[in-house]
Amino acid sequence: MNDLMSVVDWSRAQFALTAMYHWLFVPLTIGLSLIVAILESIYVKTGEQRWKGITKFWMTLFGINFACGVATGIILEFEFGTNWSNYSWFVGDIFGAPLAIEGLLAFFMEATFVAVMFFGWKKVSKGFHLLSTWLVALGVSLSALWILIANAWMQNPVGMEFDPAQMRNVMDNFWQVAFNSVAMNKFFHAVTSGWVLAAVFVVGVSCWLLFRKSNVDAAKSSMRVASWVGIIGILLVMWTGDGSAVEVARVQPMKLAAMEGLYRGECGQGLVGLGVLNPSKQPGDSNDAMVISLEIPYGLSILANHDPKSFVPGIEDLIDGYEVEQENGKTVKDISIADKIAIGKKAQEALKRYGEAREANDSAAMNLAQQQIKENYKYFGYGYLQSPVEAVPNVPLTFYSFRVMVICGGYLFLLFLVLLFISYSRPAVMEKAWLHWAGIISIPIVWICSQAGWIVAEVGRQPWVIQDVMPRGVAISDIGAGGVQATFIVFAAIFTLLLIAEISIML
Amino acid sequence: MELYHLQAYWWLLISVLGAVLVFLLFVQGGQSMLCTTHKDYKDLLVNSLGRKWEFTFTTLVVFGGAFFASFPLFYSTSFGGAYWLWMLILVSFVVQAFSYEFRRKRGNLYGTGTYDFLLLFNGLFGCVMLGVAVGMFFFGGEFIITKANLLTPGNPVISQWAPTHGLEAMIGPGLVLGATVFFLARTLACMYFINNIDAGNGFAKSMRIKTLFNGVVFALFFIAFAIMLFLHSGYQQQPDGTFVEVPYLYWHNLWDMWWTVIMLLVGVVLVLGAIGLTAFKDGYRGGIWAAGFGTVAVVMVLFFLAGYNGTAYLPSNLDPNSSLSISNSSSSQFTLTVMSWVSILVPFVLGYIWYVWSKMNNKPLTEKELESDSHVY
Repeated sequence: MNDLMSVVDWSRAQFALTAMYHWLFVPLTIGLSLIVAILESIYVKTGEQRWKGITKFWMTLFGINFACGVATGIILEFEFGTNWSNYSWFVGDIFGAPLAIEGLLAFFMEATFVAVMFFGWKKVSKGFHLLSTWLVALGVSLSALWILIANAWMQNPVGMEFDPAQMRNVMDNFWQVAFNSVAMNKFFHAVTSGWVLAAVFVVGVSCWLLFRKSNVDAAKSSMRVASWVGIIGILLVMWTGDGSAVEVARVQPMKLAAMEGLYRGECGQGLVGLGVLNPSKQPGDSNDAMVISLEIPYGLSILANHDPKSFVPGIEDLIDGYEVEQENGKTVKDISIADKIAIGKKAQEALKRYGEAREANDSAAMNLAQQQIKENYKYFGYGYLQSPVEAVPNVPLTFYSFRVMVICGGYLFLLFLVLLFISYSRPAVMEKAWLHWAGIISIPIVWICSQAGWIVAEVGRQPWVIQDVMPRGVAISDIGAGGVQATFIVFAAIFTLLLIAEISIML
Repeated sequence: MELYHLQAYWWLLISVLGAVLVFLLFVQGGQSMLCTTHKDYKDLLVNSLGRKWEFTFTTLVVFGGAFFASFPLFYSTSFGGAYWLWMLILVSFVVQAFSYEFRRKRGNLYGTGTYDFLLLFNGLFGCVMLGVAVGMFFFGGEFIITKANLLTPGNPVISQWAPTHGLEAMIGPGLVLGATVFFLARTLACMYFINNIDAGNGFAKSMRIKTLFNGVVFALFFIAFAIMLFLHSGYQQQPDGTFVEVPYLYWHNLWDMWWTVIMLLVGVVLVLGAIGLTAFKDGYRGGIWAAGFGTVAVVMVLFFLAGYNGTAYLPSNLDPNSSLSISNSSSSQFTLTVMSWVSILVPFVLGYIWYVWSKMNNKPLTEKELESDSHVY
């Protein structure tokens, strides 16, 4: 059992490592492909050679990061099989489809037109080259769409039913999977966050050029375009972030409670703007959750339900179960996790009986067991939990990551506002060193913001690989912990050396 | 469509993707030749390959994705089981992905030689290990599948493998197929260079000699593999779902599906003809296409022999009834139907790839073009 847990932990570590490295490059290529396409459009429209030079400069940086994204991305797809083989069978019927569609619709488009983008300047017409650049940008976003549909399905599994004969889930509604409301929010939130990240990258690199008084005109032009992309991007990120919060409250209330460090909720729940968690706090004890906090009244109720008087459950409410009548007369309730565990175990026992009845060729018993599985399947995954607290994610990591993301996002919004103001009303300020340094230090800030967002999304949903249906400990492959540890070290070394090489080239 | 027809259709698509992937491994074959290439030609070779590497890479990724969507039990069993084999393949492709882009960039920390070594690593191990992985379709793996394990606390994994986890395949008979793929990739690479690079008669002549040498070695390995395959027994699924061992199963499959004989013969003639014409006919540049179509035909036949006619395409050497066939490892009828609708887009995708490829390759690559190009590897 210890070795099993160790395999789970190392497999998680390996997946987190590859996902986080991948997420260093992907949002940059999503946004940079858009910026490059805009720059090339300006070149084609104006016919000015300087815009062609600017386009080619950012295209080169796109190419370097695109290669890194590709290198780190291939591992992720195959890791579902290598490290999460049970998962691959249990939900492969549903989860595999978006991955295959991603490959067919997006990867080939990227691979084909990226070649035209880099090598086709003298081989194809101006118009076809521009079209290819836009198709690369579209392909990158399409790729994000399908992978986020797959990810969102893990967070909100819909469009499926359980097939006890094959011990797996099968798809019964493709449109529910494809247009999962969580997926739509996630897609726009992630893609527009990519625009912001790339815009900051362009601003930061341009500031570096200005600081060194190199390619000054190109740097200023790039900054102006990037600032527009950045401000539009960050506004859309805020809007879709609001939508994401509503979705999280609806389908993953435990994640929302962890994001807020909220143990006991109430109607008209406030939002912790800034705060320090009490490190000794455990679910069920009498300690205060926060050492210190600055709260926005009604904030969380508004964020979660768009209703200032609505009830938001905390971690202990979710563990113990709750039934609350709100001011609007509507009662909100949920059963305790102990009850969910009991229901999950009933579903699993029925599944065992189904298997025995099948071997005995007893169709009446099979039908009865199948009915019982269906009635209790909603909480199937809880049957694997030993105690209710296992359903609680890492609260400090989720709580602080959420705040880091929001605070950094707020800073970036201000940055783009100031940059746009300066570039149109106070162009002389663009020569100031303090502005250059503000741009340069914003580069690590935007990456911290982006990574923090993923930590909130992925750590906050633990212990579920598939929400309520499959916890991480059941999703794994039959490999020794030492084996996964070895490949973890290999990938950590390769990716770190890759990152160092990449930064060295870009500098 | 009935489930059986959908399974057969998806095995056909997997076969097409696998076959195209083997053809596109000419990129890896070319990479394996960089260390023995004269320095005057090296950058030409790298840049010629560098404009195609993404097709191979993408096809591998789509091959994996399509397998996941259509035969998830294979994805679950093979990838999680033959862990070391797949990890080696993945590592070799990871290092390829950035090597082209980084090798000659200013500020390149590790030096061009390091990236060229990584390209060689991918060229060698990518080809050989993919061949070994496909070899498991015929020579099997050491695994047992028990779906009921999902309900066993402390041991929930449904596919259990021998502790060697794919290492055994690397020294097994699949290695012959690995070597076959490797030398085929090198042969195709020589033909591709003749077609895609204009560096004078000396270069073309040396490539023609290399085509002959690699082609002969490839043919010898291919014959050895074919003999091993046709003498090998396989597992065939019975109507009750169990598997029985059938001697010379792949030989029988070949004749039971008569059209595979024709495809195989056409494929072999195209590949051997292309090798012969490229080696002995000066000015002939079309070898890559003839050999490419031949390669696709032959590899598709190998997939058909492995998966059709009720054959176990991933035989279990520990428990025959754990073997995977296209009928016991596929996605549901609903998912296969949905994916089949999506697959209607395949001709459109192939169409724009073909169009762009022809636009980009209407003239061979020259030293002069490299000197004037802003994006070189």
